[in-house]
Amino acid sequence: DTIISAEAPEMNYTLNFWPYRSQVTHFPCLPSELTDQQKEFKEVARKFAQEEIIPVAPEYDRSGEYPFPLIRRAWELGLMNSHIPEDYGGLGLSSFDSCLITEELAYGCTGVQTAIEANSLGQMPVIIAGNEAQKKKYLGRMTEEPLMCAYCVTEPGAGSDVAGVRTRAVKKGDEYIINGQKMWITNGGKANWYFLLARTDPDPKCPASRAFTGFVIEADTPGVQPGKKEMNMGQRCSDTRGVTFEDVRIPKENVLLGEGAGFKIAMGAFDKTRPPVAAGATGLAQRALDEATKYALERKTFGRLIADHQAISFMLAEMAMKVELARLAYQRSAWEVDDGRRNTYYASIAKAYAGDIANQVATDAVQIFGGNGFNSEYPVEKLMRDAKIYQIYEGTAQIQRLIISREHLAKYKR
Amino acid sequence: MAARVLVGVKRVIDYAVKIRVKPDNTGVVTDGVKHSMNPFCEIAVEEAVRLKEKKLVKEVVAVSCGPQQVQETIRTALAMGADRGIHVEVSGKDYDSLGPLQVSKILAALAKKEEASLIILGKQAIDDDCNQTGQMTAALLDWPQGTFASEVAVEGDKLKVIREVDGGLETIKINLPAVVTADLRLNTPRYATLPNIMKAKKKKITNVKPGDLGVDLTSRLEVLRVDEPPQRQAGVKVETVEDLVGKLKEAGRI
Repeated sequence: DTIISAEAPEMNYTLNFWPYRSQVTHFPCLPSELTDQQKEFKEVARKFAQEEIIPVAPEYDRSGEYPFPLIRRAWELGLMNSHIPEDYGGLGLSSFDSCLITEELAYGCTGVQTAIEANSLGQMPVIIAGNEAQKKKYLGRMTEEPLMCAYCVTEPGAGSDVAGVRTRAVKKGDEYIINGQKMWITNGGKANWYFLLARTDPDPKCPASRAFTGFVIEADTPGVQPGKKEMNMGQRCSDTRGVTFEDVRIPKENVLLGEGAGFKIAMGAFDKTRPPVAAGATGLAQRALDEATKYALERKTFGRLIADHQAISFMLAEMAMKVELARLAYQRSAWEVDDGRRNTYYASIAKAYAGDIANQVATDAVQIFGGNGFNSEYPVEKLMRDAKIYQIYEGTAQIQRLIISREHLAKYKR
Repeated sequence: MAARVLVGVKRVIDYAVKIRVKPDNTGVVTDGVKHSMNPFCEIAVEEAVRLKEKKLVKEVVAVSCGPQQVQETIRTALAMGADRGIHVEVSGKDYDSLGPLQVSKILAALAKKEEASLIILGKQAIDDDCNQTGQMTAALLDWPQGTFASEVAVEGDKLKVIREVDGGLETIKINLPAVVTADLRLNTPRYATLPNIMKAKKKKITNVKPGDLGVDLTSRLEVLRVDEPPQRQAGVKVETVEDLVGKLKEAGRI
């Protein structure tokens, strides 16, 4: 890639047309084929999804019951906690490999998959910022028994605006006293421990980058009160709750990195967890595409299969385009972080795109099923309800656009 | 007591795939089609691994005959708990015409070479449905056979095998060394867990050529033609039982 020289200042905007290109020192090269091990991993996840998740997913959706038997099975097979390093009993899989597994599980049921993925989200702050003792204690136990954990950041009054978090942590001797309310916490009622973000510096002028601290809290600490299970539109078997913290005492050993480092840790976790969330949305979209295609090859109208009508085949074509591109997007973002580069730009693009297309593809699938699609005895209405949350959690569609535009413009301002 | 078990695993088209006949009617389409381990072979591997876990057997060796791709099948067996693998290299025309006679000769030769005292196979493969390899292998080795096994128990230096037969279940006792073929209800094969898949990478697969075993692969069979089964015709609805009897008489059925 040749570097365009000549910097005539008065022609800044035209010559700097290629600023990004001139800084590219390598050409991204995604592997054209999966390795044998990746294929085998994918096969186990696919078999588990087809044979064990899909048959029971509709019932879990109806009842909202926590799918613990499925989670336990996934844990036994090694499909959970894939990010935990080998030193703590995990497989230490790359982001790419984890995403392959996530897509297959999500194909089965995103409610089940979200319950599993919430573990990765809760663990990530410990993986990236924990000291040896914390990693051994909190990651080690996850591989010894099928335990759940949760990421406690969102509050009733602050979701996208993480800097608006009001849960307070006050230092008293060798402890911190926590008071506050968290909301929409996945696995809130099932977690063995939480990653908690709380404000340690009460001064409103203190910038977000120094005002918050990350803690690990055992769920059975006195004062931790999970609320009722929330009944949501989709992914209904996933356990989502408010959690109240009333005078909860945490030893100072449970601070991650140090006081004031919380915001960076909380945000840093997302670069690793957004690719699998995008993979999950892609799995849902692929399922919607497969179901719609199978139906279109069976249903007849006006004397032919509906798949032979261009209105339907064009819809399927566009659905296929979206699924393929979403897959490439999450694979790129996973590959970037595995290769040791900062992947914020790609992770946001993948999550934003996959979340949006999952909703579009699921809606189109319902449309292709026609009246049957609206009915609960056909699989696609669940997909449409399950898809919506992908535009909301793990950073809303709007927040992703904020991040992408900031990253994009930053390249041009350099 | 059986020290070493040989388990044969065959790479076949996955059971969920819709089979298509090649346009020239010489066989079925295999290019780009999903393949996996024959389901009865999975059951055979599971049984062998369980025997090892019960400490009734010291080593489980997985064997497969075919081109490079069968190594995937051997790896699946290793991930399920087999200790090592043997890949018998057969490719091209030899592979196309490979059948129970050749495979049983290979297995018999390997059983002698590896000093195996038990061979467990699937009762049949889901692609050719031959149901011959186990029986032929036992005959070539002059070993007793327990086929269509739905239960296998070790009793000293003998095997008690409960066989599924048309009339129900038959219990036999055979001396070791022996050949057992697995039927559907023998066990439920385990998943290969992710940690076991990673461990399996360190397990050894040795390559062997049929010539090294003194086996001649020439086939005694020639496939003349392969056709799809006839399309199912639409039925005819009738109003009354009399109509039904009348129609059956017309068609010469009664």
